[in-house]
Amino acid sequence: MIFKRKKYIELTPKEKVDIKKEIWIKCDGCGKLLYTKKLEENLKVCPECSYHFRMTAEERIKSLIDEGTFVEKWRNLETCDPLNFVGVKSYKEKLQEDMKKTGMKEAIVVGTGKIGGFPVSLSVLDAHFIMGSMGSVVGEKFSRICEFSIEVGLPLISISGGGGGARMYEGVISLMQMAKTASSVGKLKKAGILYISILTDPTMGGVAASFAFLGDIIIAEPKALIGFAGPRVIEQTIRQKLPHGFQSAEFLYERGLIDMVVDRRDLKEIITKILRIFHT
Amino acid sequence: MEKKYLPFEKPIEEIERKIEEIEKNKKIDPIVKNTEIVKLKQLLIEKKKEIYSNLTPWQIVQIARHPNRPHTLDYLDNIFDEYIELHGDRAFKDDPAIVSGFGKFLGMTVAFVGHQKGRETKENIDRKFGMAHPEGYRKALRIMKLAEKFTFPVVTFIDTPGAHPDIEAEERGQALSIAINLLEMSLLRTPILCIIIGEGGSGGALGIGLGDRVLMQEFSIYSVISPEGCASILWKSQNAVEEAAKALKLTSRDLLELGIIDEIIPEPLGGAHSDWEKTFEYMKSAIEKNLKELKMIKIDELIELRYKKYRKIGVFKEGEESE
Ligand SMILES: [Zn+2]
Repeated sequence: MIFKRKKYIELTPKEKVDIKKEIWIKCDGCGKLLYTKKLEENLKVCPECSYHFRMTAEERIKSLIDEGTFVEKWRNLETCDPLNFVGVKSYKEKLQEDMKKTGMKEAIVVGTGKIGGFPVSLSVLDAHFIMGSMGSVVGEKFSRICEFSIEVGLPLISISGGGGGARMYEGVISLMQMAKTASSVGKLKKAGILYISILTDPTMGGVAASFAFLGDIIIAEPKALIGFAGPRVIEQTIRQKLPHGFQSAEFLYERGLIDMVVDRRDLKEIITKILRIFHT
Repeated sequence: MEKKYLPFEKPIEEIERKIEEIEKNKKIDPIVKNTEIVKLKQLLIEKKKEIYSNLTPWQIVQIARHPNRPHTLDYLDNIFDEYIELHGDRAFKDDPAIVSGFGKFLGMTVAFVGHQKGRETKENIDRKFGMAHPEGYRKALRIMKLAEKFTFPVVTFIDTPGAHPDIEAEERGQALSIAINLLEMSLLRTPILCIIIGEGGSGGALGIGLGDRVLMQEFSIYSVISPEGCASILWKSQNAVEEAAKALKLTSRDLLELGIIDEIIPEPLGGAHSDWEKTFEYMKSAIEKNLKELKMIKIDELIELRYKKYRKIGVFKEGEESE
């Protein structure tokens, strides 16, 4: 699997000002200007270089779940500020800011729906909300959807674009969500429920080191950044630059850490195929 | 071992040095010497009380990292009747940052797993500063699975700045190895007792930290990120470490209050580093009490209680709009 790197197109500052963000977007992969509507029709994959833009939870659900079948669960869970965290910005301020920015209440959406006609439970993290990090609500909703899957016997599909991993604002309570969600995956294991984990850009830290890497089957999107320690932390520790492609989906695939790397445009078909094969 | 003092322990250092000087001085009359030393020792206790009853979270972080603090092997040497260390993950190599094996504790067979920090620079480099690689977590799991085979209880000693952040760790699946430990520990059919004896650094600590009981020594810390890391990310400045240490609620008292840990193991006046004997005594009785209690619980119930213990951690509101 080799992606040719297209040459970066340098824009003059004047042109940059003229770009209307809503209509045109510059590809981070090849630097080309893309028509936003076209990009969205292509599941936010660059038609020129196959660069995968990050998706919101809403876009993700639309791209995977059969039309009109998704039913969201536990929308009503709201985040608190258990540590009364006061920093440069308080937790409450940060929450307000990201709620406004994303129109979401938290970084996770869970529910049920159908994929290729097969009923499934679904958990989607959205990296746009405090980096998709694991606060109490994320852990709670994930554990609930695991338990629900066991109760009704549905396979669970998780999409885990959670950059920061743990959420500093919730301190050790956030860390414990790793233990909580991993324990819930343990329950799935005991109950014989199929669990497919899709790793999207970025899946790092506490999210990676808990439920995201515990899938029976683990699929990643091309070039997604996946790992435990952040690249910058590693560079600071080893005092050298990291090799190109380090911690990419392809890097993990080569080392046998994940089952496959799948282009987003094929993802629904692949998941459907797995559901069909595992369906008895 | 050379005795080291933290910046805020300066007054303690001064008094201890003075006592040493007087003790060594052969010219002073023994009676005068004695009264002088008694007086100074009293003063020392008062000074320690004064300093140790008003510690800031940042000072506690420094105590948790104190080079004179007992590490995992020190506890094994002093509170186990005997033990044997077992090595390797049976797949790649032996990780010196984690020690593991089996031993007798008050006549009871127990499996142990612990991060191992070094004391001097060379030893620290050899031990990788107690920062484990995937093979370390895999070795830990191998030992725990072996313990499960005989229903020997597992005691874990947590003392790490975090999991090792380097290229090799990522290549061999650091996140995966920690995740698997969490899942397997949640299902392990034998009691697990986890004790934070110094630094409980994030996922690297939790990788051997899921159990039926979680205890913390009084001046140990447990945190989702180091105060230094938090300060640089949220405050964009290393000057904010004290504020970050406070905001993170990483002390044993904070975490007991938040319901994250089950018990605080007291430390002697002046911290674990100042009096190893007492520290071992407190540790020994805490392990004894908890293991005895855990042994009373039937395994199936134990596993269910363990699930519930973690399942209930989290603070949120259940708003109105219910489905
Ligand atoms: Zn492109």
